[in-house]
Amino acid sequence: MASQRNTVALRLPMEENFAAGHRACIGCGEVLALRLVCKALGRDVIIANATGCMEIVSSQIPYTSWEVPWIHTLFENTSAVASGIEAGLKVLRRKNKGPQKEVTVVAMGGDGATADIGIQALSGAMERYHKFIYVCFDNEAYMNTGVQRSSATPFGASTTTSPPGKVKTGQATWKKDMVAIAAAHNIPYAATANPSFPLDLIKKVQKAKQVNGPAYIHVYSPCPTGWRTGPEVSIKLGRMAVSTGVFPLYEIENGRYILKPDLPKLRPVKEYIKAQGRFRHLTDDLIEQIQKRVTQEYDKLREKAAQSQSA
Amino acid sequence: MANRIGMEVSFAVAEAAKLARSEVVAAYPITPQTHIVEKLAELVAEGELDAEYIPVESEHSAMSACLGSSAVGARTFTATAGQGLELMHEVLFVASSSRLPIVMAVANRAISGPLNVWGDHSDVMAARDCGWIQIFTENGQEAFDLTLCAFRIAEDHRVLFPIMVHLDGFHLSHMVESLYPLEQSEVDAFLPPYKYPFALDPAKPVTLGAYGPPFIYTEAKKAQEVALRSTKEVILEVWREFNRRFGRQYSPVETYATEGADTLLLTMGSFSETASVAIDRLRKQGEKVGQIRLRLWRPFPFEELYQAVRTAKVVIVLDRSISVGGPGGPVCSEVKSALYHLKERPQIVSFVGGLGGRDISVADFENIVRKGQKLAAQGVGEHYEMIGLRE
Repeated sequence: MASQRNTVALRLPMEENFAAGHRACIGCGEVLALRLVCKALGRDVIIANATGCMEIVSSQIPYTSWEVPWIHTLFENTSAVASGIEAGLKVLRRKNKGPQKEVTVVAMGGDGATADIGIQALSGAMERYHKFIYVCFDNEAYMNTGVQRSSATPFGASTTTSPPGKVKTGQATWKKDMVAIAAAHNIPYAATANPSFPLDLIKKVQKAKQVNGPAYIHVYSPCPTGWRTGPEVSIKLGRMAVSTGVFPLYEIENGRYILKPDLPKLRPVKEYIKAQGRFRHLTDDLIEQIQKRVTQEYDKLREKAAQSQSA
Repeated sequence: MANRIGMEVSFAVAEAAKLARSEVVAAYPITPQTHIVEKLAELVAEGELDAEYIPVESEHSAMSACLGSSAVGARTFTATAGQGLELMHEVLFVASSSRLPIVMAVANRAISGPLNVWGDHSDVMAARDCGWIQIFTENGQEAFDLTLCAFRIAEDHRVLFPIMVHLDGFHLSHMVESLYPLEQSEVDAFLPPYKYPFALDPAKPVTLGAYGPPFIYTEAKKAQEVALRSTKEVILEVWREFNRRFGRQYSPVETYATEGADTLLLTMGSFSETASVAIDRLRKQGEKVGQIRLRLWRPFPFEELYQAVRTAKVVIVLDRSISVGGPGGPVCSEVKSALYHLKERPQIVSFVGGLGGRDISVADFENIVRKGQKLAAQGVGEHYEMIGLRE
């Protein structure tokens, strides 16, 4: 095992474009994912960052963790800011001004910034077909403001605005399928990624850099603070999310689904749920409902992948 | 210099943005601004303007895209009105605090509800404190000239603030006016290419928009305030330079027939020309009345206002918006607070009118002056008058 881990570490790009010394919580899976994304992006990049945990932990005056050009403006507009950056670079290059080499334009935000308040700006930017990568770091609630539910919060999860009580059982709705929404814009590349699978994540970001148009990457981001888990289990949770089918890893390349790994048999969702305090109140009945839904969604995905392969 | 032509003022503003060689235009349609961005779309489509035109999905995104393009160093223009300006609201503050020299034309419009697409100043007054330089234009020539000047002012490294050029919705935006356009070579000589000193560039990474906790926020705001105030010198310099080249002089506060005037009528925007006709008539009747017009709204021209009202006994202020539940007209309330500390200050009377596109005629302006004088004689207190109100 030890030698295998070392191999993975050695295969990661050595460069650090997101510096240590930031203020993220211990065990934060999001900042780990961000660091990997930045490794994959390299230095010829301009990043527009939505308001949220990653912005707050990285940029308190007079410090910055960003080794690359970075701009934060507001919460819901980061895709529009990226649109302007991309358009500006394009016209400047045409006029022999500004950076003459290829610069990757990246917009990033959390699940609230992506699936809720920023979905209009994101939809607009994808529809207009700007060449940019959007990275959603999904920790499944508004963690920066103290764990409030978003449309990406999973069914049953307890948050401060979806608390379980005598008559309520936590989040009452199913997680919004952002990847499907992104893919519905007919963009050339959409994918899910997970920091527990670092090489896979890096490969997907590098792929996104190559496509000629918008790319969307949805990154699973364990949050010990909001999920009420120990800081030491974030990586393990990421693996469980994949092995149980809760957060499958897949790509949609020009409409073709690639599910990888395609697991013939999923681990029971219960294992994943029992590992987290936010699901502590769930009864076996509710867990069964979740299990059904996860299996159903996974089967749909497998079907799409199979169809894509035969097409 | 080109010959005088007739042109719709919206098109004149678009022409100015074209002559300025705008590089990015992010635009969303809204009445009564739409003709400006339609014209620009046409100019880009015909290859007459080499710019990226971003047809965004909202005004919030229009201004947000402007942040991005301006921050990479592209000359950036947009236009909006009414609800659009309100939807941009929070983004406006970021543009100014980030010191991004975006130029925006605003075809001033009423705010819902009830829904009203016609002109007044409710939109701009709600965005008064967003930290932009704000300039009010009176006619087509001004809208054209001051849009061009706006680029030069905004991009001056001593300034680096965004600028709104206000033109009254419909009453100005949709008028065909006679004006002297400028040749491309003349504009090129007046307006150097945009060079943003803190551009986002991988060759020299910067962090823009870092967050400021309590230990630094106060200082950041003070710095912004000092910087915005000090832009007035550059504004004056650019307007002087414009006059030197093209023979049209602009000043922060315009005066008309003020010599020996006891009563001054203070106006902003296109209604000022109608007011001037009323002043002429009253003068002919032997009334000692004159007019002052605020062209520069932010930074507020305190000194110029003091000078303009120095010998006046009564100042009558026309507002085209209302501070609901407050002191009546917001412009009047600013004028009052600007003049309060003067030992010998004039009586100040507040009139509100021209809301949601309603006209104010020459006769109305004559009545405003007469009624204003009467109210001043009685002592007005916090009272304000609504013009032409049907009870």
